[in-house]
Amino acid sequence: MDVNKNSYTIGFATFMVIIVAALLSSAAIGLKPLQSKNIEQEKKQNILKSVGIELSRELAEKDYSIYIKEELVLNHLGEIQEGSAFNIDLSKELRKDIKEQSYPLYIAEIDGEERYIIPLRGKGLWGPIWGFISLEKDLNTVYAAVFDHKSETPGLGAEINRPFFQDPFTSKTIMEDGKFVSIIVQKGGAKGDIHKVDGISGGTITCDGVTNMIEERLSKYLPYFKSISPSMQVQEALEIVTEDEINDSISNINKRIID
Amino acid sequence: MSEKKEALFSKKNLKLIKDPLDDNNPITVQVLGICSALAITVQLKPAVVMALSTFFVMCTANVVVSLMRNMIPSRIRIIIQLVVIATLVILVDQTLKAFVYDVSKELSVFVGLIITNCIIMGRLEAFALANTPWKSFMDGLGNSLGYALPLIVVAFFRELLGAGTLFGYPVLERLGLYELGYENNGMMILPPMALVTCGVYIWIQRMRNKKLVEEN
Repeated sequence: MDVNKNSYTIGFATFMVIIVAALLSSAAIGLKPLQSKNIEQEKKQNILKSVGIELSRELAEKDYSIYIKEELVLNHLGEIQEGSAFNIDLSKELRKDIKEQSYPLYIAEIDGEERYIIPLRGKGLWGPIWGFISLEKDLNTVYAAVFDHKSETPGLGAEINRPFFQDPFTSKTIMEDGKFVSIIVQKGGAKGDIHKVDGISGGTITCDGVTNMIEERLSKYLPYFKSISPSMQVQEALEIVTEDEINDSISNINKRIID
Repeated sequence: MSEKKEALFSKKNLKLIKDPLDDNNPITVQVLGICSALAITVQLKPAVVMALSTFFVMCTANVVVSLMRNMIPSRIRIIIQLVVIATLVILVDQTLKAFVYDVSKELSVFVGLIITNCIIMGRLEAFALANTPWKSFMDGLGNSLGYALPLIVVAFFRELLGAGTLFGYPVLERLGLYELGYENNGMMILPPMALVTCGVYIWIQRMRNKKLVEEN
């Protein structure tokens, strides 16, 4: 048979495509349950890590319910909604309008102390970055933070998932005289500033992404914080945070960084 | 290909394995696959895993393409080769994600790099399309070993001199070198030193093997 005939070539290509498509999709579907289990375990592991409990993936799955007492879904007014917080996909929520988003919140109880865990998600240099940040009972002091990324530059931006970058977040505060100031990752040294953390040289854009992500996500939880702790003087909490304001605050942060 | 039955490990077949190790090494003589060789030689572990994944993909792709060699229309042969390689790489990636999640996280970018490894496509085009499956398998084996050897040697020196560890184990610290005032050479970790180390490897190889030295 002449394998160089046009009809044969097209037929061969079609045949090949069908075989390969069948092979790949059956592999993808067949392995999916195992893969999503791994991802779920890793999420639990990271949530626990953000309150200072480091466990292997298997143990994290088992002990998750011991530490995490409540999983809440909030709306933009800080009201509790129906639904499962764990299954909220932040990458999808972030594309929605602020008023339609759901905001997941985990409450952990460790040694009798409550800790509030806020999931984060934002943009790095090359792709998404995400993480969890946990606040102490005063809703101001950071207990710990973990970050991870999809494809930041190895050795530079990718270092945000290393302890040397994450550990300094502990005991920083997000409020100043009742005003929300967030935490800023600053190149050139935080010099002991209670709202600043050292950046990574060579990873400035990723670090700015971390700053923006923390600011944007935390600001969404202020209404809820206000409702559970009325003594807290959060001015922003009284207003409904609009997109413009967030953009303003982000550019303010950028200005501060340049300063 | 209907010559007399040839022994599985005949001299000719063994040469297919031995040649790429020295005389016709894909990295140091043909200078293929340099890109991935530079990217993953900072530490030994990824280098070894990369070598293993490449071994799997190269041998399987070689055999698959060799089995189809009389059916592939020559006008679309490159596309077919690429499809075979990409399919295998995706299968490897999916399997790693399902069964050894931690390894797959570490390797995510590198696994994708296998597709762009020109050694694999070079072997398919130059060898598998014209030879029997067994010979193609031997050729794949030889070339993946030839790829692994410089990779692992370079990674060994870069990790040892750059970070003082081997497979993450702090060798130099255990030897007590730091107390004598020794310090790690941070430059070894940077990409340019991969090129330099590779160059030194080629230099030593040519000192030993005079066949490789071009006459002027």
